[in-house]
Amino acid sequence: MPATYESIATTTLGSAQLNVEFTGISQSFTDLVLVMQIADSTNDARDVYMQVGNGSYDTASNYSRTILTGNGTAAQSSRSSNASFMSMSYAVYSSSPLSVNIVHFMSYSNTTTNKTVLARTNGAGDGVSANAFLWRSTSAIERIKVYLQPTSNINTGSTFTLYGIKAA
Amino acid sequence: MPVTYKKIASVTVGAGGASSIDFTSIPATYDDVCILMSARSTGTNVNAQGFCYFTFNSLTTSFTSRRLIQDGTTVSSDSSGGRFAAYIPNSQATASTFGTMVCYIPNYRSSNNKSYSTDQGMENNSSTAYLQGLVAGLWSNSSAITSISIGGVIDSTGASANFAQYSTATLYGISKS
Repeated sequence: MPATYESIATTTLGSAQLNVEFTGISQSFTDLVLVMQIADSTNDARDVYMQVGNGSYDTASNYSRTILTGNGTAAQSSRSSNASFMSMSYAVYSSSPLSVNIVHFMSYSNTTTNKTVLARTNGAGDGVSANAFLWRSTSAIERIKVYLQPTSNINTGSTFTLYGIKAA
Repeated sequence: MPVTYKKIASVTVGAGGASSIDFTSIPATYDDVCILMSARSTGTNVNAQGFCYFTFNSLTTSFTSRRLIQDGTTVSSDSSGGRFAAYIPNSQATASTFGTMVCYIPNYRSSNNKSYSTDQGMENNSSTAYLQGLVAGLWSNSSAITSISIGGVIDSTGASANFAQYSTATLYGISKS
């Protein structure tokens, strides 16, 4: 029986580093799911940024987002256009505990449509968010980069696993 | 090729209902676990909604959570959820209607405190029992999770109830490699 849900790559950081990248992503799946548990080495709240691309990362103003957030006190909704990255709030809180973030890259290997990305972030000591992103490119996603802003190292012990899902 | 996403156990509540849905002796062979639940309560409060709660390793303490909740009119956020698992419709809701929950627990065997992500919702096609919730949960315990129970079903008034017949929950194990 062909596998529907496969692990493509996984990494657990043995030392703090600025970013995590998945490159040369197989184009044989329909959707991708990236599961991340992230801690910040400076023990301070950060946003998690992502860039994607094919052959190189798109650093132009081709990303937009609509987000819904809750910080345990208030709920907010906002959106932004023409950004050079995808950013997620409440995706990393401190050096501990680790956050839980699940990102779906829908139809990532499709070369006729712009790409939709759905992300859920969970920082139990910080907040929760639901994000809908658009990458305005019909290129297939061949690489994904994750990093923190303001600039900070991703802490030791953070885990990143990329899964591929086949529609048939 | 090893299976990445595999069913560990599934529970369907029979006639007469059940006070909890339990997954015990969770194997230590996966990296993450995920619970998918479809549930309804036997509660009778007229607002047609109830609640259920998590217990890990038979422990009800050391749970914290931040929630983002909307009911079609109001969006709110709170940090008082504790071990809250899901809103579920009760016996006053539209017949044959169940609430759903997906809970993802990465690295359930690690010696870190256990963070988890829960998405849940119920829709009733009426003026009651419609809610959607996103939850960031934390169980501040360094032990591996060996059992998960979903129970403590109550109405919004606090009156005790059970899971109704045909409520189901399935526990999946996910392997990273």
